Amino acid sequence: MLADGFTWDLGSDLHQLFQFHFMVNAYRAGTVVAVVAGLIGWFLVLRRQSFVGHTLAIIAFPGASGAVLIGISAAWGYFGFCVAGALVIGAVRRGRPGEFSEESAVVGTVQAFALACGFLFVTLYHGLLEDVNTLLFGSFLGITDAQVRTLLAVGLGALVALAVIARPLRFASIDPDVAAARGVPVRAVSTVFLVVVALAVAETSQITGALLVFSLLVVPPATAQAITARPVLSAALAVALALLATWVGLAISYFTDYPSGFTITTLAFAAYLLVHGARWMATGRHRLRLAR
Amino acid sequence: MSESERRGLRAATPADETGGPSSAPSPLGADPVVELEAAGVELGGRPVWSDLTLTVAPGEFLAVLGPNGAGKSTLLKTLLGLIPTASGRVRVAGRRPGVGNRDIGYLPQRRSFDPSLPVRGIDVVRLGLDGDRWGVPLRSTRPVRDRLEQLLELVGATDLAGRRIGQLSGGEQQRLLIAQALAREPRLLLLDEPLDSLDLANQAAVAALIADISDTEQIAVLIVAHDVNPVLPYVDRVLYLAGGRALVGAPEVVISGPTLSALYGTPIEVLRTSDGRLVVVGHPEAASYHPQLHPHEAPAG
Amino acid sequence: MSALATASGGLADFFAHPFVQRALLAGTGIAAASGLVGFFVVLRGQVFSGDLLSHVAFTGALAALAYGVDARVGLFVATVGVGVGLGILGERGHAGDVVIGSVFTWVLGLGVLFVSIYTTSTAASDSTASVHVLFGSIFGLTAGQAVVAASIGVAVSLAVVAIARPLLFASLDASVAQARGVPVRLLGVGFLGLVGVCAGEATQAVGALLLLGLIAAPAGAALRLTDRPWVAFWCSGALAVLAVWVGVAVSYLAPDIPPSFAIMATAAGCYAAAVVAGPRRRPAMRPRSPR
Repeated sequence: MLADGFTWDLGSDLHQLFQFHFMVNAYRAGTVVAVVAGLIGWFLVLRRQSFVGHTLAIIAFPGASGAVLIGISAAWGYFGFCVAGALVIGAVRRGRPGEFSEESAVVGTVQAFALACGFLFVTLYHGLLEDVNTLLFGSFLGITDAQVRTLLAVGLGALVALAVIARPLRFASIDPDVAAARGVPVRAVSTVFLVVVALAVAETSQITGALLVFSLLVVPPATAQAITARPVLSAALAVALALLATWVGLAISYFTDYPSGFTITTLAFAAYLLVHGARWMATGRHRLRLAR
Repeated sequence: MSESERRGLRAATPADETGGPSSAPSPLGADPVVELEAAGVELGGRPVWSDLTLTVAPGEFLAVLGPNGAGKSTLLKTLLGLIPTASGRVRVAGRRPGVGNRDIGYLPQRRSFDPSLPVRGIDVVRLGLDGDRWGVPLRSTRPVRDRLEQLLELVGATDLAGRRIGQLSGGEQQRLLIAQALAREPRLLLLDEPLDSLDLANQAAVAALIADISDTEQIAVLIVAHDVNPVLPYVDRVLYLAGGRALVGAPEVVISGPTLSALYGTPIEVLRTSDGRLVVVGHPEAASYHPQLHPHEAPAG
Repeated sequence: MSALATASGGLADFFAHPFVQRALLAGTGIAAASGLVGFFVVLRGQVFSGDLLSHVAFTGALAALAYGVDARVGLFVATVGVGVGLGILGERGHAGDVVIGSVFTWVLGLGVLFVSIYTTSTAASDSTASVHVLFGSIFGLTAGQAVVAASIGVAVSLAVVAIARPLLFASLDASVAQARGVPVRLLGVGFLGLVGVCAGEATQAVGALLLLGLIAAPAGAALRLTDRPWVAFWCSGALAVLAVWVGVAVSYLAPDIPPSFAIMATAAGCYAAAVVAGPRRRPAMRPRSPR
């Protein structure tokens, strides 16, 4: 659709890539989102709260479409709904899979209802059904300068907040009881963190779409944490992997017309599989023999 | 070492089933409910226990003791036909251990039920009656309802029948589960640590209930426990599994310092408290149960 | 008087439209299956699996479309295949949230790929197909499709009823059921296969993204309303059918409102009503034992 085609002359490719302003914006937005998602997602994975990311992302969809319906920028809808959702979500206890718990019926219903509302809003807006695909699965076309600025501003704010609570948060994530005994305000820190996650989800949704948020928010940090347990290193790796998935994913989409949702997700997931596969091979066979 | 202790020790050599002079004799002419002859079981290629010889008579109350991993639950599963024997012969009610054996009531180790589970006490018991038949239960017939009432009365759970199972206490749940296990008039009751998560009062009550039922209905009971004290007043014999070996006999013979020391191969002391409880000290496992100190804690290990 | 006349006249009109008839025919079969299957899905704590199946439904259907095959083929192959696969893999170590979530995400990503292949291969830049798969197309069924959907729905319902009792036993008490001769493992696999078929069905009615609601909400409401498992079982089916009928009616009366939303909203509303107005339950008497 867009490019003349991928050549092996990388210099010329890069030139082609940034020919158009929308691609430059796409890269700017993607970079901001990858950094934000990688860092915040790192904590999310550490705290084993990735399902929170999933639920918030689903809430992002009616938020965005609702906002468009009532005539305000989708960004407000994203941020507003996600933050509101985060404050509510803290309370829901999740049951373990394979066991009956009423919570699973509640979560399933709420998720489906949220998506149904989003669909209603889109339909009522009589907008192009194209919008549904964009909202759900992301798109790198048509990202405006204003959007980039908003993403940057909110992203910075979220990261600053994260930096402030980072140490107590890490303590509380690893050992909540000891942390509380030491005077860490565990509840407050958790709530602030949820709000930060909401912002990260809202940001990420604008690039990857509501349903594919995991590809930057969870998969790269999980891969990084599988590589090393050293915190600074794994956080940096998380960001690096997210950036890699985004940059290469966008480039592939640009040159081949494969949708960005697919390319970014697949790259992130491939890295994940690679790392886990390597680990399994190294230790798994040994473990299997013992277990038998 | 006294003669009885020496005879009790002899049971540690596998082929001999005699447990010493005080082992409970089988009622004359009654066929044994459980027969194990030099039976052995393997899990994952490793032998769990081997060369186990044991017969259990109707109405007999037998405690299966031993440290974690000794194979107590495995024994129950073998009798149920869920785990095949690697050697030897096993018969339950004269037949090979087979799945679906109607003569066995089984109470596995439990987790508790979620409080909002839409299943009542009476439904749990009903499952014991016909839960394995296809389709959907229609209106209960008179005989079914009578039988359920009878079972509930037997375990003293009549007023628990209508309440959600997950909202009952541990002891109450166990009563209903026992009723479920008794639903089809089994000849053998297999209980895997049924008293584990109960407080002292409930342990005593449930143990008494089981013993009572065993006696009146002449049901053989094999109860796996990691602490013998709650059932000590009622057991006829004790089967002690450790290190792949087995000992059968009267409790006072098997659970004694010299006997257990020989079984474990390390010095073991058995102390008797003033109220008759036995405390085993020194065996290679986590802390033994100290009823005076931690009455509400589930014992470690 | 005249209000009644117009009402009954309106009612006759409602049933007269073939698209309504087809929606109700298919919808009833699908809803009955979803409600009955959903009772056990919730009971067995397998809502998560339902979630994965809904993602797979999307991808499967779009894969079929992308390669010029009837969407339902891809739909059912994917859902039943993955359902049975999940059953066979069993509860072998609950993979953590991260693994599951990553797989879910990638499955969706794959679906997005198929969407783009599909839209580029058909001349029209038509994204309605993916929207239909995501959010249902109950009013768009042909007579043939409606009959097939209804028949499959009835078949699934009968199958669930046939295995209901041993399945309940196996779900509550797998060890004891196994000892009693209930084929617990086989039932588990077969049941997830049925869930897969159900997911495929429900995708046609309310779409892949919303089918989890049709499976979870009526069951959730039913278990709030009664203590008796079998009453809850039938209630779940009935509420699902009610949700479809009300949803179709509402969408007919207000054509701006998509039917899948109306159905979902009714189902969710039933659940909310059951929570608020259902019999009050005392909290558990004692804290659960640590095990």
